[in-house]
Amino acid sequence: MRPFFPFILAVFFTGGVYAQQVPVVKFEALEKVISSKSDSIAVINFWATWCAPCVKELPFFEKVHAEHPEIKMLMVNLDFADKLDKVIAFVKRKEIKSPVVLLDDIDYNTWIDRVDTSWGGAIPATLIINQKTGQRKFVDHELHAGELQNLIDAVK
Amino acid sequence: MNKLKSFILAAITFAVCFAGTGSGGYEVGDIVGEFKLKNVDGKMIALSDYLSGKGVIVIFDCNTCPYSKAYNDRIIGLHKKYSSAGYPVVAINANDAGISPGDSYDAMVAYAKEKDYNFPYLVDETQDVAKAFGASNTPHVYILKKDGKSFKVVYKGAIDNNTKDASAADKKYVEEAIDALLAGKEVPTGKTKAIGCTIKWRNS
Repeated sequence: MRPFFPFILAVFFTGGVYAQQVPVVKFEALEKVISSKSDSIAVINFWATWCAPCVKELPFFEKVHAEHPEIKMLMVNLDFADKLDKVIAFVKRKEIKSPVVLLDDIDYNTWIDRVDTSWGGAIPATLIINQKTGQRKFVDHELHAGELQNLIDAVK
Repeated sequence: MNKLKSFILAAITFAVCFAGTGSGGYEVGDIVGEFKLKNVDGKMIALSDYLSGKGVIVIFDCNTCPYSKAYNDRIIGLHKKYSSAGYPVVAINANDAGISPGDSYDAMVAYAKEKDYNFPYLVDETQDVAKAFGASNTPHVYILKKDGKSFKVVYKGAIDNNTKDASAADKKYVEEAIDALLAGKEVPTGKTKAIGCTIKWRNS
C-alpha cells in the first residue's frame, strides 16, 4: 500500500474511469504525494481556472495522461474553495481526465517553499518527480509543446 | 594552471551573470538601482524622486490578475496609511501588452482613473525594472528603505497571508514591516511568498 492519503489515492486510481471528482485538500495531503516513494514518475501541476497560461497548457498534461497512464498526474487547482462548483464545471466542460484536486490552503507562505524553494509563487508551475530516484524538475512558466515530455525524460 | 584558474573564474562569472538575468533579482539587503518609468499621467517618475522620504513601497501589479484585483483596495489602503509617514506606494505594471492587451498603457490609464489611484502606476514597457527586481508574480511587493543616496530592500513578498479575505489575514506582512521601520526596529519578516499571476514576459 502506498503511503498516500486515502482520498488522493482514490483520485490517482479513479481519474478517467468515473465522472471526474475534485477533492478539496490541504497542503499536508499534497506533501504526502510529493514525498512518497514508488516506482513511478509523478507530475504535479499548479493551475487555476482564471489563469490563462495555465488553461492554455492543460492539453499537454492531458496528452501525457492519455499516452502514459503509468505516470501519476495530479492537477492542483488553486481557485478559492468557494469556487469548487465552478472548478468542477470547468473540469467537466474541458473534459479533463487527469486527476484534479482543489488545494484549499490560502496561507501560501507556509507551503510554497515546501513545493520548491526556487518557486516565487507564480502560476502555472509544474513539479516532476521520479519517486524512485528522487530526481526532480520544477518550472514556473507556461510550458510549450514538447517541453513536458522533455522534463519527464530528464528525470527518467 | 593559470589557464584553468581563468577558465573557472570565467565559468563562475558566467554562471553568476546568468543567474542575475533569471528570476534572482534583488534580495533583502540589496541596494536597488535607479529606474525611471512613465506614469499614467504621462510624466516620468524616477526612484530617486523619493529620496526626500523614508522609503517606498514598490508593488509589481497589473490590471488583469484576479489576485491583483483582490488586493486592490488593500494597496490603496497602504498608500493612504503610510504615504504621509514617508512610505508611499509606487505600483509598476510590467506585463507585456502584446500578451495581455488588458495591461496596455491606455488600459492602465483607464484603470487608475476608475480605481482613483492617488499613487503612481508606472509602465515597465521593456520589463527591465521587473527583471532587475526579480519580480515574479502580481502583486509582488518590495519595501525599499532609504540608505544614504540610494534605497535598500528591506522586505520582499506578499501583502498579507489571505488573498481572498483581508479581514481574515492574521499576518499583515507589509504593515508589520513598515510599522517596525517607523518605530526604528528591524523588519520582523523579511521575505514571504504568495501564489499570484505570473508576470506576462515578452516572448524572447
